[in-house]
Amino acid sequence: MESAIRVRGLRKTYDGAVAVDGVDLDVAPGEIFALLGPNGAGKTTTVEILEGYRKRDSGEVSVLGVDPAVANGGRGTGVLQEAQRWRNRVGIVLQGTGEFDELTVGEVVRHFARFYPGPDDPVSVIERVGLKDKAKARTHTLSGGQKRRLDVALGIIGRPEVLFLDEPTTGFDPEARREFWQLIRDLQTGGTTIVLTTHYLEEAEALADRVGVIARGRLIAVDPPATLGHRESAQATVSWRTAEGVLKSTRTATPTQVVNELAGEYGGEVPALTVARPTLEDVYLEMIGDVA
Amino acid sequence: MTSLGYHQGVLEVKQFLRSREQVVFTLAFPAIMIVVFGSIFTGDIGAGVGFTQYFVTGMIGTGLMTAGFQALAIQIPAERDRGVLKRFLGTPMPKWVYFGGKVLMVGFIAVLETVILLTVATLFFGLDLPSSGAKWLTFLWVSALGITACTLCGVAFSSVARTGRSAPAVVTPVALILQFISGVFFVFTSLPGWMQTVAGLFPLKWLCQGLRSVFLPESFGAQEPGGSFDLPRVAIVLGVWCVLALVLCLMTFKWTTKRDG
Repeated sequence: MESAIRVRGLRKTYDGAVAVDGVDLDVAPGEIFALLGPNGAGKTTTVEILEGYRKRDSGEVSVLGVDPAVANGGRGTGVLQEAQRWRNRVGIVLQGTGEFDELTVGEVVRHFARFYPGPDDPVSVIERVGLKDKAKARTHTLSGGQKRRLDVALGIIGRPEVLFLDEPTTGFDPEARREFWQLIRDLQTGGTTIVLTTHYLEEAEALADRVGVIARGRLIAVDPPATLGHRESAQATVSWRTAEGVLKSTRTATPTQVVNELAGEYGGEVPALTVARPTLEDVYLEMIGDVA
Repeated sequence: MTSLGYHQGVLEVKQFLRSREQVVFTLAFPAIMIVVFGSIFTGDIGAGVGFTQYFVTGMIGTGLMTAGFQALAIQIPAERDRGVLKRFLGTPMPKWVYFGGKVLMVGFIAVLETVILLTVATLFFGLDLPSSGAKWLTFLWVSALGITACTLCGVAFSSVARTGRSAPAVVTPVALILQFISGVFFVFTSLPGWMQTVAGLFPLKWLCQGLRSVFLPESFGAQEPGGSFDLPRVAIVLGVWCVLALVLCLMTFKWTTKRDG
């Protein structure tokens, strides 16, 4: 199957400083792909090149079979139409984009629906992002999290085939975040390809089929969250409480064997037993630590 | 397709009408100015023609400049800063729709504030409205051309301010100085010659001159710097500014801030 997004050798410099340094990337149709990385690592630059906001210095980029550069300063006959056709198929949720303070949620969503040839139903979209009760509220009365949901509503109103989300849940409370994750999963079920950047590792773990870690402009790892940085085969930590009431732990490549031995030793239940692999956060921090 | 532009305009007008302070100050400003000037200068400008008759032209011109130039040159950088432009850029919305919406908003405000100004001036300060169809026609084309030039200049100037916050500081002095040197607050011919020459380079002076031909008697044309109201030149200068500003808009308009790349 052809990739929804294909990137080869992407490079971008700002005044000589390298922001993106040879990124290769494939995202399959219907996949949720999370891009992780510290601030200034090149995440936003990479995503904004894919979104058609920025020009690249070199490399090949294709989003839904189209070079996003058509949407950025492209001229000539047919380019404008091509850019528009491509924009019809791509949804974007940026960081901190402007609101329309004096308009209501319903007015803004209905207005953006007009830009697309086959938009979703504004009422249903507003409901899906959880703003049904706020449909008639002016947008300046919304909380930070509610504004973000409006951003998402505007990103999906055109029924995009690819949806870009730049740190979509910053400022959400845990409950709102979980609802938002469900919304994203529903979109995936509907066939949408999703690329999101995030600082929340649990978000990447909960949502993403694959995670890419970007540091210093390079994509240093691309794996499913469960196997990122060989987490699944990394040394595990087994901890338990000894008969003297002291917490004890040991790092081992064979945790099952250790647990077996402990079970034999205690003749059944081992007090306060835990077996832990490195968390996504552990491997992530180790990875970006290696590069920095 | 054109309905998109219309809806964008409706949205802009809605946003304007819902910000109450803005409505009051923008729409009432020219009328308040004529109240101030009409109350200070109660005498005749000559030949039995009241000062109101002269100053109303300046106030109409100022109103059009505020609605077109000042409002857009301040509002667009603010929207650029807030990411409104970037958001539109990420949709399939044709770019002209954004400007179409602004034009409709400017037109709406310009018509409304001019009507309010003329009503106040007529009811309370003895303004004589144009008496002939020909004069109304002149009023119409001079205003239309003037507001077009101001709107295009406003869009072009919106790329000068680097942030939304600095925009008022960049735009207000330009507007204020133009008003002083273009014969809005003083009788134009009473200004120093060099000032008249400088003002002659900018559209506001010509807009006001064209409007004077509508509100002052024919004979007053002799007192203009060129010895007549010189409507052909009014049309040419305003037209040139429209073209110039349009070219600048097309060449320099920015949808994102520097920070955004």
